[in-house]
Amino acid sequence: MSHGRDFVNGLWNENPVFRLVLGMCPTLAVTNAGINGLAMGLATSFVLIFSEIIISLAKKIIPSKVRIPSYIIVIATFVTIADYVLKAFFPDIAEVLGLFIPLIVVNCLILGRSEAFASKQPVSNSIMDAFGMGLGFTWALTFLGIIREVIGMGTFFGLSIPFFTTWWKPWTIMVLPAGAFLTLGILLALMNHLTREK
Amino acid sequence: MEFITDLLLIFVASVLVNNFVLSRFLGICPFLGVSKQVETAFSMGMATTFVMALTAMSAYLIQNFILEPLNLIFLQYVAFILVIASLVQLVEMFVKKASPVLYKALGIFLPLITTNCAILGLALLIPMKGYGFIQSTIFGIGAGVGFTLAIVLMAGIRETLQFADVPEAVKGVPIALIIAGLMAMAFMGFSGLIPM
Repeated sequence: MSHGRDFVNGLWNENPVFRLVLGMCPTLAVTNAGINGLAMGLATSFVLIFSEIIISLAKKIIPSKVRIPSYIIVIATFVTIADYVLKAFFPDIAEVLGLFIPLIVVNCLILGRSEAFASKQPVSNSIMDAFGMGLGFTWALTFLGIIREVIGMGTFFGLSIPFFTTWWKPWTIMVLPAGAFLTLGILLALMNHLTREK
Repeated sequence: MEFITDLLLIFVASVLVNNFVLSRFLGICPFLGVSKQVETAFSMGMATTFVMALTAMSAYLIQNFILEPLNLIFLQYVAFILVIASLVQLVEMFVKKASPVLYKALGIFLPLITTNCAILGLALLIPMKGYGFIQSTIFGIGAGVGFTLAIVLMAGIRETLQFADVPEAVKGVPIALIIAGLMAMAFMGFSGLIPM
């Protein structure tokens, strides 16, 4: 078991958003701007990393019959911590992400990796997997956020782009729910098309 | 009379204007996963609606009679997810005993509902909105009906789509997402229905 492979896995080959299609609700809901996607990705990564560590450490103590509820309690605890930290230090971002911070509890990515990876592998591998998956999720969300922000508002991380912002007529639909579905659908199709030809 | 108008507004708003799937992005996983056939989609929708109504009631009671009086708000997420998980288990056991036919129809979907973020989202929205008990229940039912409407419409379109000539790369999830995008656009038309 190589640690490097566990890490790289999440970035591309098994990217949670583009390949595994896990954790769709936050992916669609908070990517109306680059910064929101980044913040959501980091919050999810935080929860993912600590949950995988705890679950991997406790895998021998947790009886297999009640493992799913036990995992959910571990995850919910870290989500509560992340929520309070965000509210205290980044109130603006916490406001925008709103409901979707507590909803990290039921993000299938976290429960999925806990069940499929952390409950079977040693701690060091679990940490690498969590970092890889977290980073993979974060870049996917940030990327989506950037695309939607540039087309929908003509800005990049809230800053205006020289020559572009004044000239571009923003497509408001891109920052609305419909734009989220369309952007991700087209991106996935593009990805399928590119990888199929290889 | 005003009370009833209020309830009606909450119901219509949660079904059409703020549809859980198409404008709040809650419950996307079952929406994409269980929308290949109208019949199964409808069963899933019904099971979800049932659990949502119960969740709305318990979320209200827990928030107002346990968490707030005891000053335990920080346990809100843990408490809600535990209640939802046990509620789903309870519903499953009850349905299995009371109506084996219904259990056969809903059976496989019930465990999936625990991780449907629409349910936890609903539970968290209730204290935020400050609804009373009856309003919460109506809100829960409305959210469930809205979910059912979206998933059944989606399944109907996907059933017809099987005979269409879809490019290889767009098959599966991409086309489902594009359809959802078009449906979301159509549902935006309802936004003028209720003055917010």
